[in-house]
Amino acid sequence: MKHLLSAQDLTQNDIIALLDMADHMAEINTRPVPKVPALRGKTVVSVFFEDSTRTRLSFETAAKRLSADTMTFSASTSSLNKGESLRDTIETLSAMRVDAFVVRHKSSGVPLQITEWTDASVINAGDGWHQHPTQALTDAFTITRSFGTPHTLEGRTIAIVGDVLHSRVARSNIAVLTKLGAKVVLVGPSTLIPIQAQQWPVEILHSLDEVVAEVDVVYMLRMQRERMETAFVPSLGEYTARFGLTPDRVSRMLAHALVMHPGPMNRGIDMVVDPAQVSGSRILQQVTNGIPVRMAVLFTLLGSGGSTALATGADL
Amino acid sequence: MSSAGSLGGAVVLTSQDISRAITRIAHEILERNRGVDDVVLVGMQRGGVWIADAIKAALERVEPGVSVGAGSIDVSMYRDDIGIRPIVPAAATDITVDLSGRTVVLVDDVLYTGRTVRAALEALNDYGRPRAVQLAVLVDRGHRELPIRPDYVGKNIPTHFDDEVAVDESGVVITLAKHTKENAS
Repeated sequence: MKHLLSAQDLTQNDIIALLDMADHMAEINTRPVPKVPALRGKTVVSVFFEDSTRTRLSFETAAKRLSADTMTFSASTSSLNKGESLRDTIETLSAMRVDAFVVRHKSSGVPLQITEWTDASVINAGDGWHQHPTQALTDAFTITRSFGTPHTLEGRTIAIVGDVLHSRVARSNIAVLTKLGAKVVLVGPSTLIPIQAQQWPVEILHSLDEVVAEVDVVYMLRMQRERMETAFVPSLGEYTARFGLTPDRVSRMLAHALVMHPGPMNRGIDMVVDPAQVSGSRILQQVTNGIPVRMAVLFTLLGSGGSTALATGADL
Repeated sequence: MSSAGSLGGAVVLTSQDISRAITRIAHEILERNRGVDDVVLVGMQRGGVWIADAIKAALERVEPGVSVGAGSIDVSMYRDDIGIRPIVPAAATDITVDLSGRTVVLVDDVLYTGRTVRAALEALNDYGRPRAVQLAVLVDRGHRELPIRPDYVGKNIPTHFDDEVAVDESGVVITLAKHTKENAS
C-alpha cells in the first residue's frame, strides 16, 4: 500500500490488518516511553488547506511516536497568498524530500491529484465531502474494541445521523463498517441525504425516533453549516427536535449501545445531551484511538518495505 | 511458522534434548547470578517466549520457593531493516516490572545475525536501565553480523546462511538449502 486516499480502496483484510496493527500501536502508547524508532529518518508533512484540530494533531503525534520528523504547512501563512499554485506548492515540498503528505482540502479529489505530482505517499486527511479514511478506521477500531469483536461487526446495526450530504466521515464510515459486516442506517432529513445514497449498501430513514431504541451505535454527524449555501432545513430548532441526540432519546437506547461523534460537536444542535453524562459515549475514546490508528497507517505506508528496498538495494 | 517436525529436515534436537538444555541453562543462570533475586527473564516475541517460560519453570523447580520475574518483548518497531522488508508486529510487549537495577536475561530461540538482539537491547532501554543484560538462546547457528554473543546456549549448530532452522517444543529441525545439499552429496 503506497497511499491511503479512500476507505473504498481498502479490502476487508486491509482493514483488519490495520486495526490489528493499531492494537500493537496502542500498547506502545501505554509504555513509560511511548515512542519507538520505527520511522526514524522519515519526514511527514501535514498540508492542511482547511481547519482542523484533532486530525492534524493526531497525525503529528502519531508520526512523532514513531520517531518520524514532522513539518506543518499551513495554508494561511504560506506563499499560496502570493499566488503560488497547489501544484507548485506540492512540488516545492517534495523537493525537500518528504516521505509522506497528510492532506486536507476543501475540494474532493485533491489528495488523488497530488499523487501525480510527488513520489511520496499521500494520506487523505479529509477532502471536501468525499472521504476521511483515517476517521473511519478510528471509528471501526473504537466500535470493534468496545464490543470485543476485533475482526467483525457482523450482526451490528449502526445509525449514522444528520448531515450525511456534506459528510466525508459518513462516506468513509459506510465503506469501512459495511466491509466489516455491519448494517448501516442513514438517518436525516431528505435534503441532507445525498441522492446517490440509494445505491449505497445502506438503509435510509427520515426519523431518528424510529431506530434509536434498536441500534448498537448512534453515530451523530455535525451540521456542517460552513458548507451550506442555502437552507437545507426549515430551522435549526426543527432539525434538533427531529435529529438531535436529546436526553430522552439517549434514555431509549439499548443498554449496550454506543454514542459517537467525529467532532467538533455543535452543542445544542446535533448533541443536546452532555456526552460526559452518557455512559455509552465513546466520543473522547475516538480521539484517543486516532493516534494508534494513524500510527498503524503511517507504519504500513512508510515502514513495511517495498519502494525503499528497491531504491537502496539493501541486503536483507 | 510451521511445526518443526513437519518440515522434513534433519532433527538436531529432540523435545527431550530441549528440556535438558533448558534445565542446564537454568542451572547456569543460577550459578552465574548466585540466585535469581534480581533476575528478570524477557522472552523475545514470538519464538523466545515459550523458552523463557520453560526456563522460568525450570528455575522454580531447581530452586524451590523462588519466584522469577518474566515478561516478553516485541522488537519489530526497533529493527534496522524497517523499510527494507515487510515487518509485521508479532505480539505485544508485556513488561510490567521496572528493569532498572535488575539483571535481564533476554531469551530467544535462534541466534543468527544478532540484529534482533540489537533491536531488543534498544527496546529494553525504554523500560529502565538494567544492571546487566545476558542472552540465552536455544540454538546458536552462527553468521553473526554484529558484535553480539550469547551467555547461555542450548546447542551450537553450524549452518549455511540460507539453511532453515525451525524450533518449537517438539524439537529443532534444520532444512538444508538446495545448494548445501548438492555440495554435500
